[in-house]
Amino acid sequence: MGEFFGVTASNFSEQVAILLNWSDGALFAIWETVYTTAIATFFAYLLGLPLGVLLVAGEEGGVLPLPRPLMQMINTVVNLLRSVPFLILMVVVVPLSRFLVGTSVGTVASIPPLIIAAFPFVARLVEASIREVDKGVIEAAQAMGASPLQIITKVMIPESRPSLISGFTTALITILSYGAMSGAIGGGGLGKLALNYGHARRWRFILWVSVILLVILVQIIQSVGTHFAVKLDKRITNQKRARRNARRKVES
Amino acid sequence: MIELKQLSKSFHTGEGVVHALKDVSFTVDDSAIFGIVGMSGAGKSTLVRCINLLERPTSGQVIIDGQDITALPPKELLARRRSISMIFQQFNLLMQRTCLSNICFPMEIAGVNQAEAKKRALELLDTVGLPDKAQAYPAQLSGGQKQRIAIARALASNPKVLLCDEATSALDPNTTRSILRLIQDINRRLGITVIVITHEMAVVEEICSHVAILEHGQLMETGTVEEVFSNPKTEAGRRLVYPEGVQIDQFPVHRVVRVAFNGGSSYEPLVASLAIDCGVKVNILGADTRNIDGRAFGSMLLGLPEEPQDAAKAVSYLKAQKDVTVEEVQDYHG
Repeated sequence: MGEFFGVTASNFSEQVAILLNWSDGALFAIWETVYTTAIATFFAYLLGLPLGVLLVAGEEGGVLPLPRPLMQMINTVVNLLRSVPFLILMVVVVPLSRFLVGTSVGTVASIPPLIIAAFPFVARLVEASIREVDKGVIEAAQAMGASPLQIITKVMIPESRPSLISGFTTALITILSYGAMSGAIGGGGLGKLALNYGHARRWRFILWVSVILLVILVQIIQSVGTHFAVKLDKRITNQKRARRNARRKVES
Repeated sequence: MIELKQLSKSFHTGEGVVHALKDVSFTVDDSAIFGIVGMSGAGKSTLVRCINLLERPTSGQVIIDGQDITALPPKELLARRRSISMIFQQFNLLMQRTCLSNICFPMEIAGVNQAEAKKRALELLDTVGLPDKAQAYPAQLSGGQKQRIAIARALASNPKVLLCDEATSALDPNTTRSILRLIQDINRRLGITVIVITHEMAVVEEICSHVAILEHGQLMETGTVEEVFSNPKTEAGRRLVYPEGVQIDQFPVHRVVRVAFNGGSSYEPLVASLAIDCGVKVNILGADTRNIDGRAFGSMLLGLPEEPQDAAKAVSYLKAQKDVTVEEVQDYHG
């Protein structure tokens, strides 16, 4: 911080010019980060949500018991994918990216590894949320003659809605930070800005601006997520206090 | 009519096999309020869950209106369950839905159209006395109110049978009474057969017509509430009906009789009139009597005087009373 966030650097005005560049600057980087995160999260949930539900519903004594070997296989795959560090996973799935999106470099190419890294994580988040649903409520639905599919769609998912929203917030933030990492293999966004200029050329001002923008994005996602998780939780009768407590929990 | 035939259920646990139910058979008549009592761990919850097959019995049959439901294919069983509703100790309402939407839930499952379901749900809110709670969420209600909503939800599918699994055990005595009144009222007005699982004899006394006593997974005795309460035949029955036991060993006594009250007026003072009418003083060694609708049930142990003539006089006086049975206690240890 010797040169005060890079503000006193000799090429400060050049750095500012790059950041302000319309087609390639900070604004474009934010856009790239946001859309990569959004698309990756969407697909991660498309795969992870059913998988997470299945991890609970499919176990022995669940509402839709599946053969034990199948459950063991699903669990193993999820654990395997979860244990590979993202930076390595990105490199490993290069051929898959090339197959899916036709290229192995660039912003679009960074989306498949993001999805592959994120969907097992999402599955575990969803699993944890679904597990919170009161067993008694599920039993009540079974006693009414609800089918397994009805129990999943009308009881398990709606009843765990607040927890699913909190999990979604966590997933978004994690995918955002993974996305920033993908700047290392040519993915776009704020991560690329920070790595290419801030790290490679030691242009500190751009580095700090990228970091601050990422922090702001995370703060916005977390606040909005917490707001909805609390607001849509019908178990909570004192909304104001719950929001205050949730904020404190996030900050600490 | 619900017939349980030789129902057994065992669970395999880490420490071996647990026999939760052993060869339980009994019949519940239509429109009865049938109580199943027992200490915790007696197998009551397993038994009630065998009636709607939330638990599959290891062996035995559950015959409802002549049809063995253990033999139904899965799809038909789901449909059949709609005619057997259940309420729970913990209410088990959907916390993220309004009360109205909770009551609509079973109809939604059964595919009833929305407008019709809503109309019926509003009627049911009226039935359970909470017409103003349609848009409230369960978290905003008291325990008693939650159970009322649960009852409304249970009635939504027009059931023939209502299973109550410790439905009042989480409620205070006043609320318990009002919920029991509601269940009794529903039974009388709609003719729904009610099966009540409880560990509280007071609940059985309050609303049941018949009772079965369960201990260690076995059916100990069954009969009308009057029979079982006034004269429990088994040790398990006596333990439940007289939880404090009949402690009488401190008096020197020669002959002891048990006087059972079978529902005579509870306003007639039997022991006092015995003393006045025959001039015989008896010793009350123990008593557990209950007043059900102004009628006396239960029994009393009387120690008779040493003088054989007086004792004989007392016995014949007691035997002459209406709604009272007298039997000599042989194995009394004084």
